Amino acid sequence: MTNTLHRYGTAESFRDDYIIFAIPSKGINDEDCIPKLKDFLRICARHSPVNMGNGNRGSLAPEKGLDPTVHWKRIAVKDWKSVIDGVVKPGTVSAVFSTKEDAEACMKEIVSADFGFSVNMSTSVENAKQAAEVSGIKRHSVEYSLGFYDPHDNLPDSQVLALSTMCGHGMVSFNMAKKMIEMVREGRRSSEDAANTLLRFCPCGIYNSDRAKRILEQNIGEKIIDN
Amino acid sequence: MVINHEKCIACGNCVAVCPMNAIYVDTNINRAKINDDACVECGTCFRGMSTENLNPKIARTIRKAAKALRFRMEPEPDVCPTSAIEMNELEMPRLIRQIFSDPVVEHTSTGIKGRGTEEVKTNDVRLRVNTDEVGYTIEFGRPGVGVRFSDIQIMTRELALLGVKFEKNNPITHLLANESKGDLREDILNEKILSAIVEIKTDIDMVEKVLSTVRVVNLEIDTVTAVGISTRCADDGDDNNLGPLLEKLGYSNHRAKTNMGLGRFTNKISLTQTEKN
Repeated sequence: MTNTLHRYGTAESFRDDYIIFAIPSKGINDEDCIPKLKDFLRICARHSPVNMGNGNRGSLAPEKGLDPTVHWKRIAVKDWKSVIDGVVKPGTVSAVFSTKEDAEACMKEIVSADFGFSVNMSTSVENAKQAAEVSGIKRHSVEYSLGFYDPHDNLPDSQVLALSTMCGHGMVSFNMAKKMIEMVREGRRSSEDAANTLLRFCPCGIYNSDRAKRILEQNIGEKIIDN
Repeated sequence: MVINHEKCIACGNCVAVCPMNAIYVDTNINRAKINDDACVECGTCFRGMSTENLNPKIARTIRKAAKALRFRMEPEPDVCPTSAIEMNELEMPRLIRQIFSDPVVEHTSTGIKGRGTEEVKTNDVRLRVNTDEVGYTIEFGRPGVGVRFSDIQIMTRELALLGVKFEKNNPITHLLANESKGDLREDILNEKILSAIVEIKTDIDMVEKVLSTVRVVNLEIDTVTAVGISTRCADDGDDNNLGPLLEKLGYSNHRAKTNMGLGRFTNKISLTQTEKN
């Protein structure tokens, strides 16, 4: 469970958005796959991911029973260990990278590890092609996103869409994305804090906080908008 | 999903969190409320928000005083300060909302969480679509709009008329009461969900027809659709059929999910044996 396909943005805007995920198939390669899935995540953790997930939690999960001092001081530390330890049954595990170099280096190491389960990369078509090429493998299949079709005009502007659709299950609401955009523009919250706030809502760990930070900063000053 | 009014202090943080705009603050009682018809039981408010356990009475008094003095409060926007959001026990047909909308709930029909589909993600071992075939994932309702099963049925009926093959291992297919007609189970038709994926497969020569049908039907149903369209690459790793066809038809297809072809049989027990069991 990842649903990384339909992210809003131009091909160029996916320059900092690479998701690599592994998925074992029942009856084919799921026997004794837990240690292998953990090893997959350990490899990913070595290549500076911006997020990782195990299907139940991401690297920055909602915190329950917080102390009231949280309103003055909240530290967001991405917790790779909990994601790895939390793999308890066969399912999708994933990692998000914000540079081509990290994503390609990680893919190369995954190819060498030869886990036997299916591995996919979600990004632009060209990015994935290049990653396959430098890893010395041939793409097996490809699923293209044809984008969103909205004849009834239900969708908001491109900046909100780009932030919201990074959680493929729709857990990052339009209103929350708008709220974070406004809070950053009004100087009430840093772009990093706002990106981490959005990231906590994505239980699969596929939200890209680096890309979110970049998008949140686009309407500040005179930067060119390019989602 | 319910909001415990003994605990709620009407801070309003949960209002923006809801992907379906189902939560609001009722100013008559000064508590947050959920519009049950709009709520899809996705769990974003309950699971996605961090919580504190402040004493509601003290928190309300402080808020009242601050409000009187026109102080601007700046709480963490993703925190429910009194843990007021609770998950209630659901029964069918309402339970179907949670099954389709909450990504951490597993679909019993496929054993997969989220939308319950494997699509092309495992095509290297399951071989669902070949080089001359095309798989489609027609997703409704996401992002942020939602959809009722009655609207999905309008699409499944039209697709059935085209003679497409519904993917066996897909939660929507499991809800088809009559696959050849595309009829869904009657008891769920009025239920609203965050999103769902209809999965079908055709030969490549049907692509134009299927895609135009989806667009035409979408004009009738007030939601958003997102189509994923997949195929198997040739032995050299290139897609020489579907990609060029989509470009010719004028569809933008710059983003993709790419199966890297690393999957293989590793189980000691064969698939056939597993299926028999």
